[in-house]
Amino acid sequence: MRYLDREAFGKLVDALAGAGYDLIGPTVRDGAIVLDHIDGAEDLPSGVGEEQGPGTYRLTSRDDDMVFSWAHGPDAGKRFLFPAREVLCTAKRNDGQLTVECRPGDERPFAFVGLRSCDLHAIAVQDRVFLDADPHYARRRERALFIGVNCAVPGGTCFCTSMGTGPKCTIGFDLALTELPGGFVVEVSSPRGEQMIEVVRSREATEEEVRAAQAVTTEAEGQMGRSLDVADMPELLYRNREHPRWKDVAARCLACGNCTSACPTCFCHDIVEGMSITGDTATRTREWASCFSEEFSHIVGMEIRKSRESRYRQWLTHKFASWIDQFGTSGCVGCGRCITWCPVGIDVTEEITAIRATDGEVEVAEEVMAS
Amino acid sequence: MSASTKPRVAVFKMASCDGCQLQILDAEEALLDLAGAINIVNFAEASSYMEPGPYDVTLVEGSISAPEQIEQVKEIREQSKFLIAIGACATSGGIQALRNTQDAGAFVRTIYPTPEYVKTLATSTPIADHVRVDLELTGCPIDRGQLLGALSALLAGAMPRISTSSVCVECKRRGYVCVLVAKGEPCLGPVTRTGCGALCPAFGRGCYGCFGPSQPPNTDALGRRLVDLGLPSKLVADKFRFITGWAPAFREAADAIADGRKDEEVAAP
Amino acid sequence: MMAVDLRSLEVPPESAEGTPTRVATIRRIVQETPDTFTYWMTFRDPVDRATYRFAPGQLNMLYLFGVGEIPISVASDPELPARIAHTIRSTGRVTDAFRLLKPGDQVGVRGPFGRPWPLREARGGDLMIVAGGLGLAPLRSAIYQAIRHRGQFRRLMVLVGARGPEHMLYRQELDMWNQWMQFRGVETYLTVDVADDQWPYDEGVVTTLFPKVRVDPEWTTAFVCGPEIMMHFALRGLRDMEFPMDQVWVSMERNMQCAIRVCGHCQFGPKFVCADGPVFRYDEVADLMEVHEL
Ligand SMILES: Cc1cc2nc3c(=O)[nH]c(=O)nc-3n(C[C@H](O)[C@H](O)[C@H](O)COP(=O)(O)OP(=O)(O)OC[C@H]3O[C@@H](n4cnc5c(N)ncnc54)[C@H](O)[C@@H]3O)c2cc1C
Ligand code: SF4
Ligand code: SF4
Ligand code: SF4
Repeated sequence: MRYLDREAFGKLVDALAGAGYDLIGPTVRDGAIVLDHIDGAEDLPSGVGEEQGPGTYRLTSRDDDMVFSWAHGPDAGKRFLFPAREVLCTAKRNDGQLTVECRPGDERPFAFVGLRSCDLHAIAVQDRVFLDADPHYARRRERALFIGVNCAVPGGTCFCTSMGTGPKCTIGFDLALTELPGGFVVEVSSPRGEQMIEVVRSREATEEEVRAAQAVTTEAEGQMGRSLDVADMPELLYRNREHPRWKDVAARCLACGNCTSACPTCFCHDIVEGMSITGDTATRTREWASCFSEEFSHIVGMEIRKSRESRYRQWLTHKFASWIDQFGTSGCVGCGRCITWCPVGIDVTEEITAIRATDGEVEVAEEVMAS
Repeated sequence: MSASTKPRVAVFKMASCDGCQLQILDAEEALLDLAGAINIVNFAEASSYMEPGPYDVTLVEGSISAPEQIEQVKEIREQSKFLIAIGACATSGGIQALRNTQDAGAFVRTIYPTPEYVKTLATSTPIADHVRVDLELTGCPIDRGQLLGALSALLAGAMPRISTSSVCVECKRRGYVCVLVAKGEPCLGPVTRTGCGALCPAFGRGCYGCFGPSQPPNTDALGRRLVDLGLPSKLVADKFRFITGWAPAFREAADAIADGRKDEEVAAP
Repeated sequence: MMAVDLRSLEVPPESAEGTPTRVATIRRIVQETPDTFTYWMTFRDPVDRATYRFAPGQLNMLYLFGVGEIPISVASDPELPARIAHTIRSTGRVTDAFRLLKPGDQVGVRGPFGRPWPLREARGGDLMIVAGGLGLAPLRSAIYQAIRHRGQFRRLMVLVGARGPEHMLYRQELDMWNQWMQFRGVETYLTVDVADDQWPYDEGVVTTLFPKVRVDPEWTTAFVCGPEIMMHFALRGLRDMEFPMDQVWVSMERNMQCAIRVCGHCQFGPKFVCADGPVFRYDEVADLMEVHEL
């Protein structure tokens, strides 16, 4: 374990920017700590905290200069590695000759500063979806640097301990920080991380500092806002496809898609064709889409998932059950973003718990009830 | 393409404020490309020059709120191969449809000194209530990008793709911080159709619903949530009764909330 | 200190390939029914012409410049892959725009994708192909291949249903296969829901053919494709005949935007129709097919 004081940490961040990396880190904007392009460590949210609950998020102030004493904002790495809108291919037609080019762009590589363990796990989940299939994603992903942060103050909707994805960073980082009042205990986990830490003055962390860092994690583990029993997945949800709870949640769900957009692993998208008005250049743009939209399941003459309950069931069952069959991992990393950023505060942990409590119950058709 | 082979496009106006037509005039560079690709033969706002039909594509702005407009729009339909209703007025009756539940004559009598000269229908209704409409572009005003996209698609020989997802989907794509969750602002985004680029949330305001209902909206659940946020149910009903209030889904939502409120009043001790 | 060049941290990506879009030129357009056309095309690039291969039941993503990309089965003989055919019914945005194409126009082709009809597994026994309406398009390539390797099957039965005579795809071929009966042993059974005076074959939905065919379910592999309602009744018919579920194969349809299992649209329970399908063994999906709005 190494130790970086605040000044050295700032220098490390500056060095990354100086080396041409596009710095992505948390910063305060529009009433939230969002993940965005930052210029340096001075943009980090010093003295700021947050309160999260179902359908509600508020910034709070802190009387210290800690920069990572909060859980996470609305976005994770997904917004940058799998951008919400991206031109994948450009097609041209000249004298009747069609050409289609789908080369990834040559943007600056990202250096992520301050991703949480759940965020790093979420990237590992999206890797299984995109890494082999999509050169655009692969290029960004493989060039990026990752400085993780071990959580000290879980949010009111967090349940990463239930999903085995936090609060301490275990995978996917070059450096992982634990913030202490004077600086950071740093875990170095890759050759790239070793090179990075050598750029600035660091020292071996003292035993006391290492113990303090462990205590941060232990304390965080005890402060999860929520918990979830994921035993018997995927079967639990597979055998409850006709459970009455789907109808119940559908009465509350707006089908607005905020949960899918906020979720750091949701990968569904549309490919949208755009045509220049002059008619010679067309673009094929990938856009985040949501399985909550009716049009998502459109085939000729019908929408497969016409009812809201079928769409909610699709999402929850995919995330917590069929994902396991498809990608060998749960689609949920327990970040709780879908709970916080749902305008009506629908809570996946509550929905799954309700289904588990009445496992096997089926929707009774109305005719049957009447007779 | 020569002027004669370029598609002939006409723009007509019923009862409206011209805001949608201005979106076309404001399109600047795109307008030059547009002028190269199509032949605008009738544009009420841009020139007084008019060519008779038939038209390949016709854009109709505004609602039907006067008797002669009914005949006019039927004639336009006959002259048009492809008719696009543009804007909240043309697609849902617009803000002037507020009068549909009121006594329109009373409005006229209070506003105009000699009301007998103003011929008006009791209702303001969307174009599709009167003639077949091939495509609706909603919004108050319409989104320029969506209009240009639609015209480009038609030029390429394809039906435009108009998304029916919620404003939230786009709001999140653009990375705006949700005003409802982070500030408790009432926002109709979750039940409103995307297309505007999440304009209001971009400025920290809740969505007014000007692009009309998304497909299909759960207005009950949002209405309940807005009441929970502390908005009196009358104001929630009024939110749905705003720019696209005559769109069936929003009309029913407003009525349901208003009815619920009456029930509450009755139930209250 | 500071000697480290952070730029050297960058690792060159082991680039994922993506799926290239080949360009094909439309050669011939054949009208099959009032709203369905077969587009014969060849790849523009000689390398593509020489290397492109597909198996029966697989699909291509066909791209129309400025309009969009859609999944369409390859409907021609897999053993003549230099010249491929797609039969397309115009029913919407992209498929309607296909009607504007003329010979000489170019389209993009990504593919082939998906799991094919398992002709190998069917060898040695009888093969029964059941198609409804447009469902014949993805089966046509299987029929070609089965005819080419006729000796590997005992009976080869082709059952086709359509709404009316004018909706029957590949009519001339079907007549020809029917006449081949004596020397090629292709049994064709054709039916339409509503016949007219000139219609020489059966009348009634495709399941009404089942009793006529007198299959031996234990020895037969069935391939089924058609509109949802037709599939429903056909599968019920096969169950009633006590067909072993693992000898029945069906082709599924879902919205598809990528065909490489990343867009999420084609999910059918845990399956991705584009990669795990579109052809499924019935026992793999029978339970899922029972779930409403999955
Ligand atoms: C495996 C497979 C094989 C197919 N083979 C054929 C074939 O051989 N011949 C044929 O005519 N049709 C076939 N289809 C159906 C064909 O893909 C749709 O008719 C077509 O996508 C409709 O597009 P559209 O834009 O004209 O329709 P619209 O209704 O305007 O659809 C808009 C968009 O929704 C999506 N979509 C709509 N319907 C479907 C659908 N049924 N399947 C997948 N995506 C859809 C597409 O992205 C489409 O662009 C096949 C579908 C699948 C999944
Ligand atoms: S499902 Fe919800 S809690 Fe799980 S990863 Fe997605 S947003 Fe986070
Ligand atoms: S669960 Fe919440 S965020 Fe997700 S679609 Fe429903 S209302 Fe929107
Ligand atoms: S601000 Fe409004 S439109 Fe945007 S996500 Fe929130 S509720 Fe939806």
